[in-house]
Amino acid sequence: MNATGNDARAQILNGIRRSLRRGELTGAAREAVEARLAAPMRGPSVARAQLPWPEKIALFCQWAETGNATVARVTSGEVPGEVSAYLMRNNLPARAAMAPSPLLDRYDWASQKMLALRRGGGEGSDQVSITGAFAGIAETGTLVMASGPDHPVALNLLPDTHLVVLREDDIVAGYEEVWARLRERYGKDAMPRTVNTITGPSRTGDIEQAMELGAHGPRRLHIIVVRG
Amino acid sequence: MQSTARAFNRNVGAALANPDLQDSLAKLKVGFSERRRQAVERLPEFESLRDAARDIKNHTLANLDFYLEEFERKVTALGGHVHWAPTAEDARRIITDLCRSVGARTIAKSKSMISEEIGINDHLEALGIAPIETDLGEYIIQLRHEPPSHIIAPAVHLTKDQVADTFLEHHRALGFTKRLTERNDLVAEARQVLRQKFLDADVGLTGANFLVAETGSSMLVTNEGNADLSNTLPRMHIVLASIEKVIPTLEDAAVLLRVLARSATGQESSVYTTLNTGPRRKDDLDGPSQYHVVILDNGRSSVLGTEMQEMLRCIRCGACMNHCPVYGAIGGHAYGWVYPGPIGAVLTPQLIGVEEASNLPNASTFCGRCESVCPVRIPLPGLMRHWREREFERHLTPKAVRQGLAVWGFLAQRPKLYRFVTGWANRALALFGRGEGRFHTLPLASGWTRFRDFPAPETGGTFHEQWARHGGARTRP
Repeated sequence: MNATGNDARAQILNGIRRSLRRGELTGAAREAVEARLAAPMRGPSVARAQLPWPEKIALFCQWAETGNATVARVTSGEVPGEVSAYLMRNNLPARAAMAPSPLLDRYDWASQKMLALRRGGGEGSDQVSITGAFAGIAETGTLVMASGPDHPVALNLLPDTHLVVLREDDIVAGYEEVWARLRERYGKDAMPRTVNTITGPSRTGDIEQAMELGAHGPRRLHIIVVRG
Repeated sequence: MQSTARAFNRNVGAALANPDLQDSLAKLKVGFSERRRQAVERLPEFESLRDAARDIKNHTLANLDFYLEEFERKVTALGGHVHWAPTAEDARRIITDLCRSVGARTIAKSKSMISEEIGINDHLEALGIAPIETDLGEYIIQLRHEPPSHIIAPAVHLTKDQVADTFLEHHRALGFTKRLTERNDLVAEARQVLRQKFLDADVGLTGANFLVAETGSSMLVTNEGNADLSNTLPRMHIVLASIEKVIPTLEDAAVLLRVLARSATGQESSVYTTLNTGPRRKDDLDGPSQYHVVILDNGRSSVLGTEMQEMLRCIRCGACMNHCPVYGAIGGHAYGWVYPGPIGAVLTPQLIGVEEASNLPNASTFCGRCESVCPVRIPLPGLMRHWREREFERHLTPKAVRQGLAVWGFLAQRPKLYRFVTGWANRALALFGRGEGRFHTLPLASGWTRFRDFPAPETGGTFHEQWARHGGARTRP
């Protein structure tokens, strides 16, 4: 059987309706599903992330480290210094591709004389990237990245080492709070092209089920959690 | 993909006699299931999340047409395209046309079971378009021209040494002439080889774990980051997903994600969970300029409204096979088609026909572990029993089994005769087996005694006789 365009669409949708022994949804039944879509219901709440503010930050850091990321907690003045120090500690070049984000530009990068930064998208040759984050999820130590002119997606993926600057204010309990923030920022009917949630460095268990870091994405993920 | 499910018995013999496979399976049996158990222990809400996950899927299936239309509306509004494929052939044609429209020569492909189901790789290769599997496990088996043996760990049947030999053979031409012995070196070499393929690819072809109707997003869950490179670097992103992948809202996704990773690998969260919504925006610095979603039916819509509908809740975590004693003994290839293990024994007869796959629902001890770990509570043994009934109705059951069942049925309907026959058989077995207490060979039972001894009953009569002697139902313990 072959079908094209609208025929194929009708074939599938009518097939579903035939199997469900009804026509297109109408009346009260339709209103009920439309209402469910308009006002999403939350599932069972995960108690471990329902914490007051300081404990929530600590929970984020704990789970991020469990997921093989490293975490540094600093003040906003210390961000550029922490970047330089991290690169030096790990014998990495003092050179990085940085997301062209106004939030990152607020830090005093000029204070790091040895650090060479290129602002822009990701390139295959980048070894280190620096980006911000849209949010952090305390429940699992997960970073949330929203793509846009201030956050090219390739910077999350191509370099061997990814440094992420996350503000404490952006750490929330679970996915549900992230969805709420996305709707607030982009509107109920819009989304950025890509939302990446990232929990630790890239890994694979495909050879004998033993975990190896750095499959295709970064081998190292360093999260700089910024106070204030 | 060509099915060998008919040759199941022969496949099983080969699997049991394969020492490399048995080594790999020994690791699987402890690895995944132990990690899942620990993850579940860390999350007290896990069981209520399973209930919620089941309810979300049931609600969506009951309103599937509505949510698919809603999804399409959102994708289109954001500049993407939705294509409807009633059959595998339709999906292959749509994908081929899309690839040709951008003059694609290579495709970066992220692991997708549905792409195996429709056999897209062979189809594209025959047309001169090279699909490159980028998930490490899929890449390894693509080099070896093998099908996946597990839905989330496709190369789980191979040892490190087999991977090393495969890489040496295929990467030599690229200048990698050393045979590697360490896992991390193998991973690093694959990363290096595949990195260039990502940068060169014209199209990224991925599956989807979920399609979110509320936002028109496709959702992908991986640990390697290969799906994300596939949907970011090439200029066209094609998502291939089947109709039952759609879910209503992001809140529903949150529930399903919480049970998915824990059930699959025992992780709190997979490393990358990605929502893709439409093509790159005007000011974006990267991303594909075209975003297409191909929605495949391939027989699924006909399952709705039947007693088999529950199989459509599956979120492809692989927990059922990780906990299955039969899968653990024979691995995935023996099942003969795309989906192995308990879910394969239920899906395969539906997708390729019960005539072709009648052996699979019989490959179960009905121990029930699969159902007990399924994150969306699919009653897998019940669904396998359904297929066994269909098989019997259609006279597909082997003659010897039918005749055996007919004899047993005849006796079971005549209680006096039944007790007489079993009583004598019991005494005969007890008498002849009294020396060793077991039989090395037994007439009519060579299928059993070829691999293990048959225990001899103790003297004292059948269960019925002993039950009566102890007072039967009249006395309470």
